[in-house]
Amino acid sequence: MLGLNKKDTKFLLIVVALTMFTPIILQPFAEGTGLAQFNAGYPDLMQRFAIFGIFAIGFNILFGLTGYLSFGHAAFLGVGSYSAVWMFKLLSMNVIPGILLAVATSGVFALLIGYVSLRRSGIYFSILTLAFAQMSFNLAYSVLTPITNGETGLQLALDDPRILDGVNNSGSLPVTNIFGLAMNSSTQIEVLGRVWTFNVGYYFCAIIAILAFYLSLRIFRSPFGMMLRAVKSNQQRMNYTGLNSRPYTLAAFVISGMYAGLAGGLLASMDPLAGAERMQWTASGEVVLMTILGGAGTLMGPVLGAGFIKYFENIFSKINDTVLHGWFSFMPDGLEDLLVVLVHPFVGKGWHLTLGILFMLVVVFLPGGLIEGGQRIAALFKRKRSDDDNLDPEHHPKQTPHVAE
Amino acid sequence: MGILEVKGVGKRFGGLQALGDVNLSVGENSVHAIIGPNGAGKSTLLNCLIGKLIPDTGSVMFDGQSVLGRKPHEICQMGISRVFQTPEVFGDLTVFENMLIPCFAKRDGAFRLHAFETIAQEKDVVEKAQVMLEDVNMQDKLHMTAASLSRGDKRRLEMAMCLVQDPKLLLLDEPTAGMARADTNNTIDLLKEIKDKRDITIAIIEHDMHVVFSLAERITVLAQGTPLVEDTPDNIKGHPKVREAYLGESHG
Ligand SMILES: Nc1ncnc2c1ncn2[C@@H]1O[C@H](COP(=O)(O)OP(=O)(O)OP(=O)(O)O)[C@@H](O)[C@H]1O
Ligand SMILES: [Mg+2]
Repeated sequence: MLGLNKKDTKFLLIVVALTMFTPIILQPFAEGTGLAQFNAGYPDLMQRFAIFGIFAIGFNILFGLTGYLSFGHAAFLGVGSYSAVWMFKLLSMNVIPGILLAVATSGVFALLIGYVSLRRSGIYFSILTLAFAQMSFNLAYSVLTPITNGETGLQLALDDPRILDGVNNSGSLPVTNIFGLAMNSSTQIEVLGRVWTFNVGYYFCAIIAILAFYLSLRIFRSPFGMMLRAVKSNQQRMNYTGLNSRPYTLAAFVISGMYAGLAGGLLASMDPLAGAERMQWTASGEVVLMTILGGAGTLMGPVLGAGFIKYFENIFSKINDTVLHGWFSFMPDGLEDLLVVLVHPFVGKGWHLTLGILFMLVVVFLPGGLIEGGQRIAALFKRKRSDDDNLDPEHHPKQTPHVAE
Repeated sequence: MGILEVKGVGKRFGGLQALGDVNLSVGENSVHAIIGPNGAGKSTLLNCLIGKLIPDTGSVMFDGQSVLGRKPHEICQMGISRVFQTPEVFGDLTVFENMLIPCFAKRDGAFRLHAFETIAQEKDVVEKAQVMLEDVNMQDKLHMTAASLSRGDKRRLEMAMCLVQDPKLLLLDEPTAGMARADTNNTIDLLKEIKDKRDITIAIIEHDMHVVFSLAERITVLAQGTPLVEDTPDNIKGHPKVREAYLGESHG
């Protein structure tokens, strides 16, 4: 189906189902219970899962397949956001033109930056992309103020032309929409104390994320995807086999840049403003972390990594001392205070610390990322079961890490 | 005039004159062996032919065209394939994928953005790769990663990857090193068969004299970067200079 084999079709359907039911899956705890703060089914957070998932899926096409580590992909994210906001200001609050322009401009940017950066490989390539991204950041922050509105960031204004939308007499800023359906509109359903929020913006992002995922699945399985893995494996052999690796890497760079631009456009579509900080090197580093944490070169890994990091950023960071005291209140006072003091550095503002430790553990013990962890657990269960039944005649050859799901 | 004409090629690495003044003419559809002691410059000479190194002096003409200044992939697309001294395969990819890549390169050229086809749809390429893998007896290793193959198997795979592109000139740098005797003989048979079946010129570097004398029609002896003699195998066997410079040393 859809040009996929049976296994991949099943895989895609599972991804579709998970994405569609995210508002339910991420609200496992009833409101009012102590665990409710671990719920993540809020529209803005779910939107971020989908958007950064797209960003990481695209990044993975470059880094996971070709091994070229870009440290400047946030530049494309920023370019996408600025492009989209300009469309909202000039043309229409309908997100479609904004997103299309975001993808197009980031594609052009990626072509220019990639053309220059890909003349080098390894660390020099990474440094070049980083330099370009920092340049873009500085341009956006100060030099190009008329376009980017500098420090304040690009925002909507009441007197923007919006030539397709007609006159706005309401006195308040219009909201982003898709053919009239506002992105911020939601329906809430309460079941067994769990509040499920079905938000237009989330479902819009989710559908695009599924398309983005499907596209990456096709690329992974295509001859082109195989060539990209060949670049990573042995570029010398590739060249002496009559293949020019440069256009392959450039194509991968542009595709992943367009994914980043798409993510940037979606960020602006959910919240119509764009600031230079979106292009900063920390943002570029974040997508690297997401991809490696989840499992570079795997299909699902980067999405998982993106989800993990965004979850930590939004949920773990909200756990403060009051919450901790709440958790440990059943203990004797002295012990309670001690535990709070011990846990304190790892939560709230310290969420980076927990994430850092987690990242180190993954890199050291699970070089294939969280996906590898999942596969090992799955394999453990499989072995157990077949041991019990005493039927494991097949020898399963070790899977290549770069093509694993 | 041969299909490959090397004239006055010299290459210096710092203080070391790796190649002096090499002249070599390889006749079309012949098997030409290049032998010589370690460090004689044999691999360096091949590197100059495929664009890995650019010689300091001289010219290299292939099929009437100069190869100097061309990129490796362009030279390969002209019809020169090379098996390296240390096997170069795509270690992370499966044996089957290793074989698909040269097939795609042959069919589609140096670059094609075929991102929306699946590999299975490319029936002609898939079939070609399968047939070639059967020819070299690797059909039962299709799904192993190339890195997990033995050294001899990697070599066979690499050679098959070159042959499947149907090159006009095949350059082999010690193709049987690290192979068991049986595999060496299989390789000799394979090369003989290939030579009989298609129009191919082979230049082979080899230390194993059994391989050299089973295949070569002409032999060039290289020592310290300059060709010592070039002659037929029978004459080379008895040549006093060669015995002294090469055979005497390694088969004393
Ligand atoms: N890239 C390089 N830089 C510096 N010196 C080099 C380089 N490549 C080869 N050499 C030197 O040039 C000389 C010839 O090397 P080459 O590899 O061509 O020898 P060879 O005839 O292939 O030997 P062998 O039989 O051991 O493979 C050697 O002394 C080697 O150390
Ligand atoms: Mg050598």
